[in-house]
Formats: sequence, structure tokens, C-alpha cells
Amino acid sequence: MSGGRDMSAIDRALGRWEGTASRRDFLKSSGLFVFGLSALGAAGEGLAAQPAADGPYPDPDFLQLDSWLVVHPDGSATFYVGKTDGGQGTGTATRQMMCDELDLAFDRATVVMGRTDLTVDQGGSGGSDAIERDAMVGRRIAAEARRVLLEMASERFGAPVEDLRVSEGVISRASDPSQTVTYGELVGGRRFDVALTGANINQTAGVASIKPVQDLKLVGQSIPRYDIPAKVDGSFEWAVDVNLPGMVHARNVRPPFAGATLTGVDESSVSGMPGFLRVVREGNYVAVVCEREEQAIEAAEGLAVTWEKPATAPFPASDDLFDYLRSAEPEPNPGGRWAAEVEGDPDAALAGAATVVEAAYDVPFQGHTAIGPAHALADPSDGQMTIYTNDMKPYSHRTGIAEFLGMPPERVRVIWMEGPQLYGRTAADDAGFEAAYLAKELGRPVRVQWMRHEETAWDTKGPAFAIDLRGGLDADGSLVAMDYQGRIANYAHVGYNQARTVLIAQLMGLRPERPAPGGAGGPDAMYHVPHRREETRAVRLPLVFETPLRTGNLRDPNGPQITFAAESFIDELAAAADADPVEFRLRLLRRASDDDEIFRRARSIAVVEAAAKAYGWDARPSPARVGSGRLLTGRGIAYAYRARTTVAVIAEVEVDRETGQVRVPRMVCAHDCGLVINPDGLENTIQGNLLHGISRTLFEEVRFDGEKVTSVDWRTHPTLTHRDAPERIDIVVVNGDPNPDRPDLKPYGAGEPSHKPVPAAIANAVHDATGVRMRRLPLRPERVLAELQAAGI
Amino acid sequence: MQETTLTVNGKTHTVDVDPATPLLYVLRNDLGLRGPRFGCGLAQCGTCTVLMDGRPIRSCILPVSRTRGEITTLEGLPEDGKLHPVQQAWIDEQVPQCGFCQNGQILTAAALLDTNPNPSDDEIRRGMNPILCRCMTYFRIQSAVKRAAAAMAETEADR
Repeated sequence: MSGGRDMSAIDRALGRWEGTASRRDFLKSSGLFVFGLSALGAAGEGLAAQPAADGPYPDPDFLQLDSWLVVHPDGSATFYVGKTDGGQGTGTATRQMMCDELDLAFDRATVVMGRTDLTVDQGGSGGSDAIERDAMVGRRIAAEARRVLLEMASERFGAPVEDLRVSEGVISRASDPSQTVTYGELVGGRRFDVALTGANINQTAGVASIKPVQDLKLVGQSIPRYDIPAKVDGSFEWAVDVNLPGMVHARNVRPPFAGATLTGVDESSVSGMPGFLRVVREGNYVAVVCEREEQAIEAAEGLAVTWEKPATAPFPASDDLFDYLRSAEPEPNPGGRWAAEVEGDPDAALAGAATVVEAAYDVPFQGHTAIGPAHALADPSDGQMTIYTNDMKPYSHRTGIAEFLGMPPERVRVIWMEGPQLYGRTAADDAGFEAAYLAKELGRPVRVQWMRHEETAWDTKGPAFAIDLRGGLDADGSLVAMDYQGRIANYAHVGYNQARTVLIAQLMGLRPERPAPGGAGGPDAMYHVPHRREETRAVRLPLVFETPLRTGNLRDPNGPQITFAAESFIDELAAAADADPVEFRLRLLRRASDDDEIFRRARSIAVVEAAAKAYGWDARPSPARVGSGRLLTGRGIAYAYRARTTVAVIAEVEVDRETGQVRVPRMVCAHDCGLVINPDGLENTIQGNLLHGISRTLFEEVRFDGEKVTSVDWRTHPTLTHRDAPERIDIVVVNGDPNPDRPDLKPYGAGEPSHKPVPAAIANAVHDATGVRMRRLPLRPERVLAELQAAGI
Repeated sequence: MQETTLTVNGKTHTVDVDPATPLLYVLRNDLGLRGPRFGCGLAQCGTCTVLMDGRPIRSCILPVSRTRGEITTLEGLPEDGKLHPVQQAWIDEQVPQCGFCQNGQILTAAALLDTNPNPSDDEIRRGMNPILCRCMTYFRIQSAVKRAAAAMAETEADR
């Protein structure tokens, strides 16, 4: 599939922009402040609102303390963090951790995040690692700054460092407390000029050690998030709010059928409209640019475009998807990646098992479907390119756009600002490339925003899975063998900000050298199963590129799908063994005694036990005796780990036997993510994970017929609403470390793990309530009702 | 283009736009307000909510020429420099995650409590149901509505 169309046309289109109009004269005459690369001068106030500065924009040097931390003359500090906060409070938590190490009051610091010209490249967000990995670097940096400040004070007082005490940015002598000096007096407004060491940014450190956990004062406190007041009073400036002089508005015109070829554009259909500026067309990419936003929307709707359907159907209809996934020949695993993992002899063990259980599970494509569609503003002034975006990975956004436009990266900068939630590879990637392309094409700032139908149909999707499981129990009801076979509709996995896989590049005919089949591991559980095989293979749909079924990372990529199958199946095995589902899991966890360096086995047992206790779990096999009323109630558990965090979720459900509607009135989550930085922030994050999980379990599915996506708005693609939110959520924060008071206890990621077990917990609860096993997501009422009726419930 | 006069957050503005322009774009792009945001353009999600004479409406579909009375946006909710009790409750409960939808949640809650100062849990759920949140902060929103109702009742009792 590599190659695509003749490249020269694209090169011509991309190389056309030398000598774009300069806004600098305008800025000078309007008296606006032109912001330069001056970390010392701008303490994070309205940074993004300032107009573009002269480039180029070299990378901040992560081996210089000054790139991370600046002390101002008034003794306040600014932390420069190469991450992005998607609403889980990682900015606040990072500031807590760094203030703690620096011995500075929380309200004396500000945080600047995700500006490629100002903040070191920590990759932006992803992998729930902001606190676990990157803020730990921040702690070391802040500790080093404190060490250097103490040395400066030591010199000033002519006293040894041992004689010095620090409190909230003021250093005093223990032997003579009247002698004090502030951080501001020591280094305010000046550079530290201290070199750091580290083979890569994640290993960056100075000489100082970080504090033992017991000495941390801000860590562990529910400090209110610094971003919330402005989000509540309307003053917060989002990426959608940036308004530059001379800015114009663009809207895309998407193919009405997947894989369609553009055969004609009649520009005269819109050229007379007020505010019309341009139709931009390259390959199958079409956009309309107008002076005003509503004009662009109207012109994009009104543009007369003709398309030719592809010769073959791009994909099966969504109702036929799982048959397709099971019957199609899977693609070879490239380079041996994602090869089957085998322990023992699963086939022989299954053949010799007293009871064999088999089940097949289906999970459809699910989208990000952000509440605000993808958007970006690009400013091409002065031969540079500045992109204002909420893309969670501004650094790859910058390098990807530079590559796409053929610009040197130092002439491109990305200013991350907040936007709708970012749970992975969203369409924010695509919109930024489009804005930059159009800005260069028009030579003036261009703002792009997708429409609702575009976002819902064309954003990247979490891949669909078809998973077949077999398990063998011995005569005692012990699990002796398990075979997991996954098929994943993820043949051309779209990575982050790739210059040849973003949607505009695909529509222009660019192609990666080869598709990147996305594989997946098996279930994440510490269960001891002596004989097992886990294999996942990618399946190709007919249309590989320019498809609305582009697959990319969606919150806990693959985790909810795999865990839905695996943890539902554990319940099926428990039922076959006539065992209580909690007890059955604990037995599997306790059957081995080995543990890893982060005590994942002990911490898994701890969360399962804690969840059962918090719920008030009465041990009995599932299902319960099916009730006689209209509403059937039941409870289900699921457990998983993600990276280093262990989690167990219990869902309580009500199933309406007359409508098939499932509600989740109560959830319990036991969660061990090690050191907790901000308990309230963690609680909010877990609540969001749980409810997003309910939404994916009960409502969300990308629907399509044989030629296009048909779920395109909130009616055709429903989501969880207020009415369906649980009435009660109990979160139990567990510290299952064998030495819970260890001074080096680390924080582990919390942004995604509690999302993972939710679908299985709900499906297990539905089984407990009704005796009916739902093996396909989402549990839409009509599907549940059909199963209930088939079972005579 | 046609001159239209509208009153927003107590101030009168005259704009020269196509009268069919949805109010949202006038508020954002002509008046520079940040509270209402585009979510769907279909009146399905509530992200663009503003109050028209105290009632929540979807500014993404209302033509500016059909605007009547007083428009209040999130920025206009505080009185005498003091946050509206609903806004304060949102801070006290630390409701938002990304916060993109919270404009509609807050304004809808304020309007709900205006007509029903003491809503039951079920009335809160039904009253707030049209406003979507993809971070799924519903649980905290409902707590914050209750907190705001209690705070407003207390203020009323003090009078």
C-alpha cells in the first residue's frame, strides 16, 4: 500500500509558501507585546495569548536547571513541565511535588506546560505517566534547585549548609534565626546556570537526593486544582479561544463515502458567498476558508463536490464485523511482534480437563468523540509556524507538522492549551496539521474546527476485538489451562502526529512505507494458570487508508476490550466451578507466591479483598436466584492491573426485564497506585474512569453500513448522561505494599487503570442478576432484552 | 449583513452580521466571550448554553436576530463581584476535569435552582440530563447542585 499518488504535486503544494505576509509590522504598530524566548521574563501569565514571537525556536536544554525552574525576584517560582494536563489535575499534582522538594508554598509557584519553545520535551501526555515518571524528574530538579540555593546562602552567611533551615522559600541560620535570606534575594530573576546529568530526559537529575516520603508536606494533601476557578467563572483561555489579528476560519469537506475519490469541485457554488476566501483542494482533501466562522460552515455545507465511490466495499457493516474478524485470514505478525505467549502445554491440559468452558466475546470500534470537536489555530507569520492546539503531545505535533510542511523543526512551535478531554490519539493531531497546511497556503492565521459529524465519524477509533477463550477446570474446580485467541481490527494503527498517517496526509494520497499492524498482549492479571496460550492477531479490513475506521490509542488502549473478555471469562469459569467470583479470583492470585519488584501480586490481592469488603460482598456463586420483580439486581467484580497500578471494581446493576435497560446505581473501586499525591484529584480521576467505563459498556459503538459511518452525533452515538450516572461510588485507596511506610514509596499512574475492569464488572453483574451472559459490548437494551427473552427471563 | 442589537451580561451591543448567524459565533467572535463553546451545533450537548431571560438556551442554533431580552453567559453569572453559589459549589466540589462542558452544566444548574430551589435527586438528574460531559463528571456535578441548593437556602434564611 505504500507509494500513493505522484509526490511532486504534493511537494508543489507543500513548498509554495516562501515569503508569506508578515504580521510583525502590524504587531509593532498596534503596540502589542511581542513575546520572546525569555523564560525569566514571563512567569506563566497569559503566555499563550501573546502573539507569535520571532523564531527560530530551539529546544530547551533538559540538562540545564534553568530550563525547568525559574525563581523570580519576588521569590515565587515557575516550573516548566513538558507534559499536558487533560483534566486529571497532573499540573496541580506536579506543582505539589516540586514545591515540596523546593520548600516553597504551593501558591508561590506556577506551572507552564506543553510549550515546545519553553518547556523541555517530556513527550506530552500518554501512558498515565505524568506523575509516575515525569513528575519524579520534577522532584529531582526541585531538590537540586533547593540544594544550590542552600549553597548560595551558605556562601552569603559564611555558614555551613548544616546550619541552614528552609521554610517556604526563606533560608535562615539555625544558630542565629535573625539571619535570613529569601530564594528571590539569592537568585531571583537570574539564571542558576547549573548543569544536570542524565542519559535521557527521564533520567535527568542533579546531585541532590529527593526527600523521604515522610518529609513531604504538600504531597498527600487535597490541594484544590489551580485551573478550576477560571474554568468556573468563564475567564479561562482555551485553545478554542485564541483570536489573532487577521485570523480566518476554515472548515473541511469530508468524503461522504469511505474511500471515495474526489472527481469535481465547483468553486462557483460558494465563491459568491459573503466572506468567501478560498477553496483549498489537494487529492481528496478539501477545505473552505472564509473570513468568519459561520461563513466557513455555510460555505463548506454549500460547496458542490462530486465523489466517486470505491470499486469494492471499504468494510463490512458493523453488524457483520465480528463474523468478518473471525473468518478473515489474520495478517502475519510483523517481525515476530505479538507472537503467541505459551506456558506449559495448554492443548494437552485442555484435553485432560474435567470441565472445558468456551466463550466468544465481541467489542466494537469505539471513538474518542470529544465533547468539543477537534480544532487548532496556526499562525505562519514571519516564516515561522506557531500552532495553538490542545493536542496532548505537542512535541511530536511539532516535529510531525515540520516534516509534513517541509520546514525545519526549529521554525515550528506548538503552544498547548487546554481543550476537551484527551485520552489518547485524538483528532486534535489531525486538526493541527490541517490548520498549519491551510495557514501556510493562505499566508495568514487560520483556525480549523471540525463539525460534530466529522468528529464522531472521522476521529481515530479504539480497535474492535473478537476474542475466543477456552478454559479447563480440574475435578476440584481449579483452573488448569486457558487459551486466549484475539482478533483485532487494527491493521493500520495510526500513531501520534505521523506526517504520513494524519487524516489530511492520507486524503492527499500520502502513505506510510508500510501499515503498522497494532497487536496487543493478553489479559493483565496475576492469576497463576499453569498451562496457557495468549495470542492476538491483526485483521485487515478491505480499506486500509482514508477510512473513518482509523485505529489509534483510546484510553487504556485495548485494555477494556481485552479485560472485558478475560474477566467475564473468569466469572464464567467460577460459575462452572460453582465458586464465588471473589474467592475464585483470590485463589488464582494466591496459587503462586512469587512476586515482582513492585509487589504486584500482594497489591492485586489487596485490592480484590478491599473492594469486596467495601461493597459488603456476600460470598456465593453467581448467578443469584433471579428475582420476580421488574428490576433484577446483581453485582459483579473484575480486577486488572495497568502498568504498576492494581485495581478491582465492583458494579451493582439493575436490569429492567421489560426493556432490557441496564443501570449501574453503585460502584466500588479499590485502587493501589502507590504514593498518592492529591487524594481528591485521584478520586475525581477514578470517578471519571469508572463513568467513562460505564458509557463504553452500555452505550458507545461506532456504527457503519457498507460504505460509511452512520453514528455521527449524540443521537446516533449515545453517551452516558446524568440520569445513568451511579448514585453511589465508593473509592478505597489501598496501599498494599508489604512495607507501606517505605520512605521511597513511589506514585504509580492513575489516569487509566480504573477504566480497564469496568465493562467486565458490569457484564458480570448482569449475569449475576439475570443468569444471562452478555458477551458483546455495548449492552444496549435491545441486545439485553433479546438475550433475556431467549433465556426465558 | 444587518445591524442587530443585543443585551449581554447587562451591556448593550450592536453587531453587523448576517441575521441568521447563530448567537454562539457572535458571542465568541464578536463580543470575545469564552463561556459558551461549540460542542455539536445541533442543540444536543449543551456546551454552548447561555441564559436568555434566565432560561437556558442553545446558542449554537439560535439565530442572533431571534435573540430576545437579556442574555447571560457564564461570565455574567457572578453578582456584585461575587461568584454565583453554583459557581462556588463547583469550586468547593472540585467538579471539572477538562471543564469544556462545564459552562452548560453551571448555567443549567443555576436556572434549575432558580425555578426549583430544593430539587430532589431525581429532579436534579432529570433537570441536568440534557447537558453532556465526556469526562463524565456527573457524579460531582450532582453533588455540587445539592451543595449550591443548600448554600442558597441558607442565604435566603439569613435574610
